[in-house]
Amino acid sequence: MAINCAMIGSGNIGTDLMAKLLRSANLNPVWMVGIDEDSDGLLKAREAGLKTTHEGVDGLIPHIEEDNIQIAFDATSAYVHGENNRKLQEKGVLVIDLTPAAIGPFCVPPVNLKEHVGAQEMNVNMVTCGGQATIPMVAAVSRVQAVEYGEIVATVASKSAGPGTRKNIDEFTQTTARAVEEIGGATKGKAIIILNPAEPPLMMRDTVHCLTKTTPDQEAITKSVHDMLAEVNKYVPGYRLKNGPIFDGNRVSIFLEVEGLGDYLPKYAGNLDIMTAAATRTAEMFAEEIENGTLKLKKLA
Amino acid sequence: MNLTGKKIKLHDNALRDGMHSVSHQFSIDDMVRMAMALDEAGMPLIEVTHGDGLGGSSVNYGFGRHTNREYLEAVVPKMKNAKISALLLPGLGTVNDLAMAVDCGISTIRIATHCTEADVSEQHIKKAREYGLDTVGFLMMAHMTPPEALLEQARKMVDYGANCIYATDSAGYLLPDDVTARIGLLRSEFSDDIEIGFHGHHNLAMGIANSLAAIEAGASRIDGSVAGFGAGAGNTPLEVMVAVCNRMGIITGVDVDKIMDVAEDIALPLMPTPTRIDRDSLTLGYAGVYSSFLLHAKRAEKNHGVPAREILMELGRMGAVGGQEDMIEDVALEIKKKSA
Repeated sequence: MAINCAMIGSGNIGTDLMAKLLRSANLNPVWMVGIDEDSDGLLKAREAGLKTTHEGVDGLIPHIEEDNIQIAFDATSAYVHGENNRKLQEKGVLVIDLTPAAIGPFCVPPVNLKEHVGAQEMNVNMVTCGGQATIPMVAAVSRVQAVEYGEIVATVASKSAGPGTRKNIDEFTQTTARAVEEIGGATKGKAIIILNPAEPPLMMRDTVHCLTKTTPDQEAITKSVHDMLAEVNKYVPGYRLKNGPIFDGNRVSIFLEVEGLGDYLPKYAGNLDIMTAAATRTAEMFAEEIENGTLKLKKLA
Repeated sequence: MNLTGKKIKLHDNALRDGMHSVSHQFSIDDMVRMAMALDEAGMPLIEVTHGDGLGGSSVNYGFGRHTNREYLEAVVPKMKNAKISALLLPGLGTVNDLAMAVDCGISTIRIATHCTEADVSEQHIKKAREYGLDTVGFLMMAHMTPPEALLEQARKMVDYGANCIYATDSAGYLLPDDVTARIGLLRSEFSDDIEIGFHGHHNLAMGIANSLAAIEAGASRIDGSVAGFGAGAGNTPLEVMVAVCNRMGIITGVDVDKIMDVAEDIALPLMPTPTRIDRDSLTLGYAGVYSSFLLHAKRAEKNHGVPAREILMELGRMGAVGGQEDMIEDVALEIKKKSA
């Protein structure tokens, strides 16, 4: 039996997520929530047979019990996530946050998904697309030896960055930097995002620079990076190591490229895929817990 | 060209754009010394930060010798008449960095985005207006979009609250007619309370010519740097600009002898290598590549044995934008793979 889900936000991320959920064995997308009746995302959702509302989260709330919605994905913006989260949790819905609001604990599946098992959390945050693409590699270095400083540069095609991302650009850099520290294991983290309008659109590119405390163990780090690559490839097949790891003194640099599946935006928008694939994988883990009774959803007043 | 009686405000960038040429390593003492001399020469506006602005210190762009706070706190109190500005690139710097710079006493903030991505500046421009700052929308790599599209982006920044819009020739690629088209359109479409500015690079030796074209088309703020101290082949050399303005009857308020002395006695001795048009900086202007890529490309040449010119040409073909310094090493490695 699949767990019924709702998607809040019918922009690029929400619509891409829908495609992933429709393929999931234990998640069943039921509702798509938007704010613009004519948005492409709501149109696509209606075509797929989902229920839709253009009245925001308030349009969904009255239907939560009758449709037995147990997991909601918020792909709106950091500014409205807090309020959406409050309303959903009052109804006992577990919230997967795809905005950089980060009011719940971070989840980067190949690094810390297992830590969320049995933790009885009602809100987890998926960091940012740049975070999902790079933090596994910061962790791949820091599990070998101490990383004093981790810096990530995420470059995405302009066409794949919607208005929500643009309005939230500070939240993107700040949330990603914090997760580079907390989940990546760097003592100090920094994040940079660049939008490139080139035509045809460029593939998502990510660069990870780590400064190790002591001279890097090149062999061990290279192996760890390749192992992590295989882990990420389990849910994002287009995640590729383009160059590196390069070693220059205490600097370790890793150059990545993320090709998407082309579910909603074309394949260049790997930033959408890595985010929605990570959120889907996280929700599937929670769905298993709900089904086997280890996670009991509770209403938070 | 008759520009007699036109009044313009010069904005010196040597202590910000020039940071690229010294890999962000100015000492506090050198910064203060040069800022004081510029102030003394009558320079009305001086930019002080890491080359990539607030929050710029990083592996990707180079760590600053000191923090932006340390530089600003040292320079601002020493100014008699000059005002100090800072640069902020959204995606790198944040409103928290802006708050720090305001706390240090900056008067002007320049919020810089790629010429087609103005909507990432909303948070920062709105915040800057709340602080009551002179708020400039700085549209970089302005050669990469036609004048009409640049205007559309400028409108967004004005809507957020910017009181001045710059067409920024980050690659030193524009020719005078291109400048006229861009500045002329911006000037004709905005009301008089919105100032228009031009920031040039000297990669094709067009710094002065382009700045004059900009003034003729209605720009009232002109960037440059003393001795051209800036990324690539440098910015419009301001001591030359002042001399030309004097000859043409353009009013700058800057003392030509004094600024020549700042160039010769202070700026030049601080340059690790002379800021000039060599084959690599010329390639920037020729291929339309972000000027601060220069030293990074030279370093990649040294580390990976791939000519900087070849790397820069490839970055131009890729349509790389400002900030993509991480692609320089990647491109060098790709070229090396192909030639192996």
